[in-house]
Amino acid sequence: MIDRSRRGRMLAVAAATALALSVTAACGGDGDEAPSGGSSAAAPVTIKVQTFGGGKNFGYKEAIDKWNASHTDIKIQEEHLTDQFEQVYWPQMIQWLQSGSGAGDVVGIDEGGMGLAKAHPEWWADLGEYGLSSRQGDFAPWKWDGGLTADGKLFGLGTDLGGMSLCYRRDLFEKAGLPADRDEVGKLWPTWDDFIKVGQEFQSKVKDTKFVDGTNTLYNVVLVQEAAKNGGVSYFDKSNNLIVDKNPAIKTAYDFAVKISQDGLTAKLRNFTPEWNTGMKKSQFATLGCPSWMLGAVSGDDGAGPEFSGKWDVAAVPGGGGNWGGSWLAVPKQSKHPKEAAAVADYLTGKEGEISVFTYSGNMPSNTQAQQDPAVQGAKNEYFNDAPVGEIFAKSASTLQPVYLGVKHAQVKNAVESVVSALDDGSVPYDQAWQKLQDDAVKAAG
Amino acid sequence: MSLHVESGPSTRAPVPPSRRHGRPGPGRVFLSWLDLKAAPYLLISPYYLLFLLFGIFPLGFTLWYSLYDYDLAGTVEWTGLGNYTALLADSAFWNAVVNTLGMFVIATVPQILLALLLANALNKRIRGRLFVRLGVLLPLVTSVVAVAVVFTQLYGRDWGLFNWILGSVGVDPVDWKAERLPSWLAISTMIDWRWTGYNAIIFLAAMQTIPKDLYEAAAIDGASRRRQFWQITIPMLRPTMIFVVLNSTIGGLTLFAEPTTFYGGNVHGGSNSQFQTVSMFIVEQGFREFDYGYAAGAAWLLFLMILIGSLINFLLIRRIGGRK
Repeated sequence: MIDRSRRGRMLAVAAATALALSVTAACGGDGDEAPSGGSSAAAPVTIKVQTFGGGKNFGYKEAIDKWNASHTDIKIQEEHLTDQFEQVYWPQMIQWLQSGSGAGDVVGIDEGGMGLAKAHPEWWADLGEYGLSSRQGDFAPWKWDGGLTADGKLFGLGTDLGGMSLCYRRDLFEKAGLPADRDEVGKLWPTWDDFIKVGQEFQSKVKDTKFVDGTNTLYNVVLVQEAAKNGGVSYFDKSNNLIVDKNPAIKTAYDFAVKISQDGLTAKLRNFTPEWNTGMKKSQFATLGCPSWMLGAVSGDDGAGPEFSGKWDVAAVPGGGGNWGGSWLAVPKQSKHPKEAAAVADYLTGKEGEISVFTYSGNMPSNTQAQQDPAVQGAKNEYFNDAPVGEIFAKSASTLQPVYLGVKHAQVKNAVESVVSALDDGSVPYDQAWQKLQDDAVKAAG
Repeated sequence: MSLHVESGPSTRAPVPPSRRHGRPGPGRVFLSWLDLKAAPYLLISPYYLLFLLFGIFPLGFTLWYSLYDYDLAGTVEWTGLGNYTALLADSAFWNAVVNTLGMFVIATVPQILLALLLANALNKRIRGRLFVRLGVLLPLVTSVVAVAVVFTQLYGRDWGLFNWILGSVGVDPVDWKAERLPSWLAISTMIDWRWTGYNAIIFLAAMQTIPKDLYEAAAIDGASRRRQFWQITIPMLRPTMIFVVLNSTIGGLTLFAEPTTFYGGNVHGGSNSQFQTVSMFIVEQGFREFDYGYAAGAAWLLFLMILIGSLINFLLIRRIGGRK
C-alpha cells in the first residue's frame, strides 16, 4: 500500500512526534518542587502564592524579592494566573478546592468570592492554629470579619481595599471650560445629580469625548455607596436571600445608569474589555469611577499608558466614600506546608508587606498600621498629576461602611452587569432592562 | 493507510510438515487464530481504548451528572429529568440554540458554495497551480484565536476597518457586538475565512477522481461548461458533499472559540447574549455558575441536536443530482 519513500517519511514524522512527546514529558517533570535527597540539610520549603488581576495585580513583586533575599528556609513563588477573577480565576480555584489538589499554598480571593469561601470552612486551614488571631488589631472590624468562616475560624487576612475616588482628565476639563484643580472639581459634584449636570455642561462643549466610559463602572460605584446606606447589603441579605427586587440601593444605582445612558453621557464601553482600554488611549471618555486599584488600570500600558501621564487627576467622588473591591489571602487546607504558608500570608498582609505593595502598585492597604504610615499617607501619584492618593484613599478607608456580599454574589454581579451594559449599547430597551435584570439575577442565584 | 490482515513470512511461521497426521498441534492453532483474528483488533485497539477513555466514558458520565442537581460548590441531589425540563423551558437556552443555528446557516451555506466554486476554479489549468492550491489552505494553519482577535479588531465599533469603510461610503457605523444580525455576520466571516479553503481542497480532490470521458462525452453531446458542472461534477461529488456537510454541521453546532474571543473571552456572548452559542451556554452554566448538572443536560441536548442536524443534512444532500 505504501511505497518506500513514503514509508521513510512517515517514520521521520513518527520519530519527530516521539521526540516532541519526550521533550514535553521532560518539561512535565519540572513541576516537582520538593527537592529530595541531595543537600538534605537546608532544603527550603517553596510556598506558592496564587494571584489574579490586571496591571500589577497584587503588587507583590518587591515584597517577595525582599523576602526571598533574606530567607533561606522558606521561598515564595508567585503564580499570577489571570486578569479575570469572576470569569476565570475563581471557577478554576473552586474546582481545585473541591477536588483537593491544584491550589497554591496561599491564594488570593476577591471580595466577590469571599461569601462562598466563608461558607466552606472545609476548604481552609485554620490560621488561628498558627497564632495569627493576634493580627485582629491590624484591621478594621469588617475586614477582619470578612476573613472568618461561617463557623468563626480565621481563614483569610486582608490585603488591600478599594476605597473610592473619581479620576478625570484635566486637559479635557479645561477644554470644556471647567475647573481642572482637583479640589475645585470635587466641589463641582457633591451629589450624583450635580455630577450629571457637570456632565451635560461638558458634553455641550466637547463633542468627540464622552463624559463617562459606560454604565457599568459608575453603576458599581453608586451601588456600593447606596448599599452601605441601606443596611450594608447588596444583592443578598445576610441570610443569603436574593433581594435584588427589594434593596432600594440596586434600583437607585440602576436608575442612575439609565439616566447617564439616556443623557448621552456614556461612550458605551464596557469596563475591562479591549475596547475600553482602547477608549482610554483614544480619549473616548473624560471621567472614571476610581477605587484605588483602578489607578493601576488607567496608568498601566494596557490602559491609557505613559502617553497620558500628568493628564489624569484624582478628585473626591460624588456622594462621599464607598468601597469597591479589595482582597484577602487564605491558606487552603490541601497545602502541604500550612505553617510556612501562614507565615507568608502573615508577612504579605503585615505592615511592611502592605506598604511595599502600596509603593509598588498603589493598592491601598487594609492594614491600618500601614495606612497610617507616612510612606502611605504622604504618597503622591506622579501619573495622576501628583495627586495625594495616600491621603485621599486613607481618608475614604477610615469612613468606609462595609457591605455584605452573598455566597453567589460573583454570579449575580456578572449577570446584572451584562444587563447594565446591554441597556447602554442598546441591545435591551430601557423599558425592559429592569425586568431583565431581575430575571437574570434570579437565574444566576438559582 | 489500510490495515492488511495478510501477514508477512516473519510473523506467520510456515506450517511445518507434520509427521503423523499432517495437522498442527492445538497450540499452533491457537496462535494462528490469534494472529489472524485477534491481531487486527489488537492493532487498532489503541484508538478505541483512547476513544473509550476520552469519548464514551465522559459521554456516559455527563449523562449520569445530568440527572443530578449538581452544584460544584454545594449540594448534589437527584433530580431525574428535572434539568431537561428546566432547560426546555429556559429562554436563555433557546436563545443559544437560535444563535447557533443562525450562525451555522449564515456561515455554512456560503462557505460550501464558495468552496465548490473555488475548487472548480482550482481544477482548471492555471499558472502556479500548486502555489494557489496551497494558498487557499493557509488560513487553516493560523490559530483560531489569532484569527478571531484580528477579526474582532476589524469589526470594532469605533476604530474598526469595516466601519471606516462603511463610513467612507456614507453608512452609519454598525455596533457589531451589540446588534444580533451583524454579530452573526461578523462571526460567520471568521469561520468562513478559516474553513472555505479546507473544504475547497477536499472538493478539489474529489473532482480529480471524476473520469474525464464523462466530460468528453458531454462535450460531444453539446453540453456547456456550466451544464457539465451542474450535471456531472455536482452529482459525482455527492459522497464528498455528504462528508463536508456533516463535518460542517458538527463544527458549526459546537461553535465556541470565535464568538467567545469576539466578546473578550466572556462566554456570555454579548451583553444580551446576542451571539452566545450552545457550547458557550454550557460553559457558562457549568463553570461560571457552577451548575454542573444543568450544563451536563445542555451538553446532551447539544449532542442530540447534532445527531438530528446531521441526519437532516444527510437526507438532504443524498438527494442531490436525483435518486440513483
